[in-house]
Amino acid sequence: MNASAAGLLPDVSGHFGRYGGRFVPEALIAALDQLDAAYRHATADEAFQAEFGRLLRDYAGLPSLLYRADRFSAAAGARIFLKREDLNHTGAHKVRNVLGQALLTKRMGKKRVIAETGAGQHGVATATAAALMDLECVVYMGEVDTERQALNVARMRMLGATVVPVRTGSRTLKDAINEALRDWVSTVDDTHYLLGTAAGPHPFPGMVRDFVRGIGVEARQQILDQTGALPDAVAACVGGGSNAIGIFHAFVGDEGVRLYGFEGGGEGVSTDRHSARFSGGSPGVLHGARTYVLQDEDGQTIESYSISAGLDYPSVGPEHAWLHDTGRATYLPVTDAEAMDAFQLLCRTEGIIPAIESAHGLGGALAVAPTLAEELGREPTIIVNLSGRGDKDVETAGSYFRILG
Amino acid sequence: MGLTEVFEKARAEGRAVSVGCMPAGFPTVDGSIAAMVAMAEAGIDAIEVELPYSDPVMDGPVIQRASEIALAGGVRTKDTLRAIEAVAGTGVPVVLMTYWNPIERYGVDAFARDLAAAGGTGLITPDLIPDEAHEWLAASDAHQLDRTFLVSPSSTDERLAMTVAHCRGFVYATAVMGVTGARDQTSVAAPALVSRVRAATDLPVGVGLGVRDGAQAAEVGSFADGVIVGSALVRCVLEAPDEAAGLASLRALSADLARGVRAVTR
Ligand SMILES: Cc1ncc(COP(=O)(O)O)c(C=O)c1O
Repeated sequence: MNASAAGLLPDVSGHFGRYGGRFVPEALIAALDQLDAAYRHATADEAFQAEFGRLLRDYAGLPSLLYRADRFSAAAGARIFLKREDLNHTGAHKVRNVLGQALLTKRMGKKRVIAETGAGQHGVATATAAALMDLECVVYMGEVDTERQALNVARMRMLGATVVPVRTGSRTLKDAINEALRDWVSTVDDTHYLLGTAAGPHPFPGMVRDFVRGIGVEARQQILDQTGALPDAVAACVGGGSNAIGIFHAFVGDEGVRLYGFEGGGEGVSTDRHSARFSGGSPGVLHGARTYVLQDEDGQTIESYSISAGLDYPSVGPEHAWLHDTGRATYLPVTDAEAMDAFQLLCRTEGIIPAIESAHGLGGALAVAPTLAEELGREPTIIVNLSGRGDKDVETAGSYFRILG
Repeated sequence: MGLTEVFEKARAEGRAVSVGCMPAGFPTVDGSIAAMVAMAEAGIDAIEVELPYSDPVMDGPVIQRASEIALAGGVRTKDTLRAIEAVAGTGVPVVLMTYWNPIERYGVDAFARDLAAAGGTGLITPDLIPDEAHEWLAASDAHQLDRTFLVSPSSTDERLAMTVAHCRGFVYATAVMGVTGARDQTSVAAPALVSRVRAATDLPVGVGLGVRDGAQAAEVGSFADGVIVGSALVRCVLEAPDEAAGLASLRALSADLARGVRAVTR
C-alpha cells in the first residue's frame, strides 16, 4: 500500500477504495453537496480555521496532554502513553467534531441542528455547542438508552436541547440514526444533521476525521518531544470510528507505527452478543455508506451488543474498512470482561477513571503488548487514545463490580 | 401486461395509473399476497411490493411497523420473490421497492435474474442513487428490468437530468420533502417537480408520499402519470381487527383510489 495515499482519500465522490460513498435518498443529496462545499470553503478559510482553533483552545481546553502512565505501564509490560482526551470540555474527543460542525452550521446559515446519540455523550456535546452558538437542538435517542442514561438526558435538557425518545426497531443508537435521517429528509432547508462519528454518507467520514485528526497531530509531536522517537503502536477503541481515525490519521504515513483498533467484543465474537464488525461482520451498506456491518444472510442488520454504549453499533466508518482491507490497521475485538479489567487497572494504578469505550483501547493494548514485545525484542511504546472519562459510566461500572450502595 | 403497457393504456384513456404498495410478508407472506391480489382486483393498476428491511430510513411509522411485523415473522428475501411471483401471476404488473443492502447481499446480478424470473418488472431504489449504481445498471440491462430512481424537490436540474437519464419504466417523484406517510395535503411542490421531470424525459412520472384517498388520488392524477399510495393502504391491514376486515377495507380504499384516478381526465 502507498501510505501517502491516505492523505488523498476520500476521492471526490467520497470513496475510500470500494468503501464509503453515498447510499441515501436523493432528497438528501443537495444538503450533502452543500455541506461538502461549505466544508471545503471553510478548510481554505483562515478566519474559520482561526475561530475553530480559538474554540478548541480556549473553550475545550486543547491540546490535550500526552501522559506517560508509569504504573499502568509496569502492569502492561509496555511503555504506555495516554492521550488525555478525557480532560476535554464535555469529557471526550467528541467536542472537536461538534465544535467544527456547529461552526459550519452557522456558516451555512442554518438555525437548527439534529443529532443521534447512544450513551448521550454526543448528544450532550451537541447540546453544548448548540447552546454556545445559539442553535436550536433536537437529539434523537433510543428509548432503551434514554432509560439507561437518564442523567445524560437531564444534561441535554439543562443545556436547552429537546430529547426525542425513539420507539422503533431495537430502540437504540441505530434506530436513533434512522430517525435523525428521517427528520433531515423533511427539514434539510434549515437543519444540519450533526453526525457524531466518522461514518455515514460523504462528506461526513472525511470531514469528521479532519475535525478530530488534531488528536493524532498533537500526539505525534508530543511523543517526539517526550521520547525523541515515534511510538511502536497507536491504539484506540472503535465505535463509529472517530476517536480512532482521529489519532491514527497523522500516523498512517509512518510505516513503522502499528495501528490497532479495538472493537466491542461483548461476550465474545463466537456468541451473538458483540459489536465486532471486522471479525464478526462483512461488507455491506448501512446508514449511507458501504463498509463493514453486522448483518444476516439476507442483509438485514443484526443488533450489536457491548457493555459500552459508544461501541454498541452495527456499522463502522468507511475509512476503517479501507485501512482494514489494505492491512494498514489491525482491528481486534476486546470483550466486556477484558475492557472492565483494564478499566479497573487504570483506576487503581493511575487514579484515572476512563470511559468504558476507552477501556477497550486499554484492554486491547494490554492484550497486544506481549506479542509486540516479543516481536521487537524490547519493551514497546504504545500510545492509547483515552477518548473519554468515566463519569457517565459510574453506574454501569458500579453495578458490574457490584460496589453500588 | 407490463408496467409500460399499463402506463400507455392509461395515457390513452387520459388518466393516471394507480400504484398500491405493500410490504411482502406483512402480516404473513400469504397474507401479503392476498392483500396485493385484493388491491388489484379492486382496480389498482400496478403493485409496488416493498422488501422488508431492518432500517427503512425513507419510510414513516406505518410502513416501518409493517416491515417490523414482517421481519419478526421471519420473512426472507426469497419469500419476497415468491410473493412477487404469485401476484405477478395474476396478471398485474409488480415492481419491487427495496433498500439496497439486501440486494447487494443476495448478489446484484443473481437478484436481477431471480426477480426477472419471478415476473417482477424492476426495482425502485430509495437509497441507491445512479452515482453508486454501476452494478445495478449492468444487471438491469442484462436481465431487461426497469430502474426507477427517485427525484426530489431539492434535486438540482443537473442531477434531475442525470437521474432520469438512468431511469427506465418510470420516474418516481417524491412529492413532499419527507418520508412515507399519509398526509392531509399533498404538496404544492409536486406539480412543479413533475413539470421539471417532464422537461427532461418522456418517461411516465409517478408521484408518491402522502396520498390518502380517492380525492387526493384525483388531485395528483391531474398532473402525474402514476399515483403511488403506500401508508394509507398498509394502515387498512395494520389497524384491522382481523384479516377479513383488513381485506375488506383494503378493497374499499383500492376502489376509491381507482375511481379517483378516473375522476379526472387530462
Ligand atoms: C468516550 C468515547 N469514546 C469512544 C466512543 C466511540 O465513538 P467513536 O468510535 O466515534 O470514537 C464514544 C461514543 O460515544 C465515546 O463517548
